Amino acid sequence: MPIVLDAQRIARSLARIAHEILERNHQVDELALIGIRRRGVPLAKRLAHAIHEIHHSEIPTGALDITLYRDDLMRTAVAAQPVIRRTEIPFSIDDKRILLVDDVLYTGRTIRAALDALIEFGRPKAIQLVVLVDRGHRELPIKADYVGKNVPTSLSQSVQVHLTEIDGRDEVEILES
Amino acid sequence: MKKDLLSIDDLTGDEIHLILDTSEAMREIGQRPIKKVPTLRGKTVVNLFYEPSTRTRTSFEIAEKRLSADTLNIAVASSSVLKGETLVDTALNIEAMQPDMIVLRHASSGAGHILSRICKSRIINAGDGMHEHPTQALLDAFTIREHKQRIDGLKVTIVGDLLHSRVLRSNVRLLTKLGAEVWVSGPPTLVPAGIEQFGVRVSANIDEAVADADVIMMLRIQQERMTGAFIPSLREYFNTFGMTKARVAKAKPDVIIMHPGPMNRGVEIDSDVADGAHSLIREQVEMGVAVRMAVLEALSRNLPNA
Repeated sequence: MPIVLDAQRIARSLARIAHEILERNHQVDELALIGIRRRGVPLAKRLAHAIHEIHHSEIPTGALDITLYRDDLMRTAVAAQPVIRRTEIPFSIDDKRILLVDDVLYTGRTIRAALDALIEFGRPKAIQLVVLVDRGHRELPIKADYVGKNVPTSLSQSVQVHLTEIDGRDEVEILES
Repeated sequence: MKKDLLSIDDLTGDEIHLILDTSEAMREIGQRPIKKVPTLRGKTVVNLFYEPSTRTRTSFEIAEKRLSADTLNIAVASSSVLKGETLVDTALNIEAMQPDMIVLRHASSGAGHILSRICKSRIINAGDGMHEHPTQALLDAFTIREHKQRIDGLKVTIVGDLLHSRVLRSNVRLLTKLGAEVWVSGPPTLVPAGIEQFGVRVSANIDEAVADADVIMMLRIQQERMTGAFIPSLREYFNTFGMTKARVAKAKPDVIIMHPGPMNRGVEIDSDVADGAHSLIREQVEMGVAVRMAVLEALSRNLPNA
């Protein structure tokens, strides 16, 4: 299967995104990272670390589970029941610039659900979207602010992101289904 | 997952753990400023209660509202049941209004099974006579797991009116399924015949039953279900089976004390113990909402008219 990002390129993409975040946001103390479960969470932590390396400031990090906000749960007989996990946002999002982090941007429906979920926690000053891979095929008017890599795909393919924290290795591959 | 939740036997061990894991996430929703998620938006849940209940009915209703379901409470005291309508007719009338789920509390064992056969709606048993009360057992298991991080291998002692208790029957099924060592104790008149077949140890000696217990669950003396003379007097019952500080001291030092409520203080449990450091009785109520949200969510997957 073709590997589109290896460990080194994932690391470089995240380092570049960290620089771009700092370039676009001058008030670093207003920033907060929120990862979408599951693989957005380790990505958000890595970005927090990368920003700390460059700027020496601690960016608060949270985790958001959007399962209860999905629009397809009762429509499709999903093979396995998605496990609902805890949402952990240990800070107020009011007046923060939230960097919402996910691994793959595809139809945009996950992000739509995440925006609904997030807005119930308060009123952030702004929400920006960070994704490791943008594979196209949007079904909603949603666009990422920071993209690790644009990967053109066909609908029959799937994009698998593996991260060391969850899968034991860093790799993004395209699978034919 | 089966269509309905009538008994703990409807769930596999894995499904029980999935519900408890989901309850963790549901508990967090109760701590948010906006305690609501859109999961059951547009779904209708009917709470049909043929017996008085404050805790269970309120808990289900809050759980339903936090999941954005439309809820409707039918308390029998103010319904056509008083005019002689049967359970089946009432259920069919409710069913004609297309609810998605019915939460049923009834004084007859097996009432939920009747509804299950005639209704398309999901049926959740919120207590049927002396048979089962599965969501209570799930919330008890969740409370235990939050404090002990496991259920497997724990000694759980259940004391009190075993005969009339649906909480006992659901708990015994669940706890033995997940590998706990379950002891029960109560006066011989209140021990159901053949209870050993469920894989529990029976002892008429409460001190033996609570020795080194990790969890003690007290059951209420159900005077409203007692049609004969089961115990000589409430005072004698308290002396023989009441949970006192002295008895708690025989269990493990980190024992947790539980009670499904409502409590008869000074009958099955001393106030010192009910309000003491080991008691999780109020925490059980908090857990109840989270667990019921998890059950509602689990049964709502792939509703027929979704």
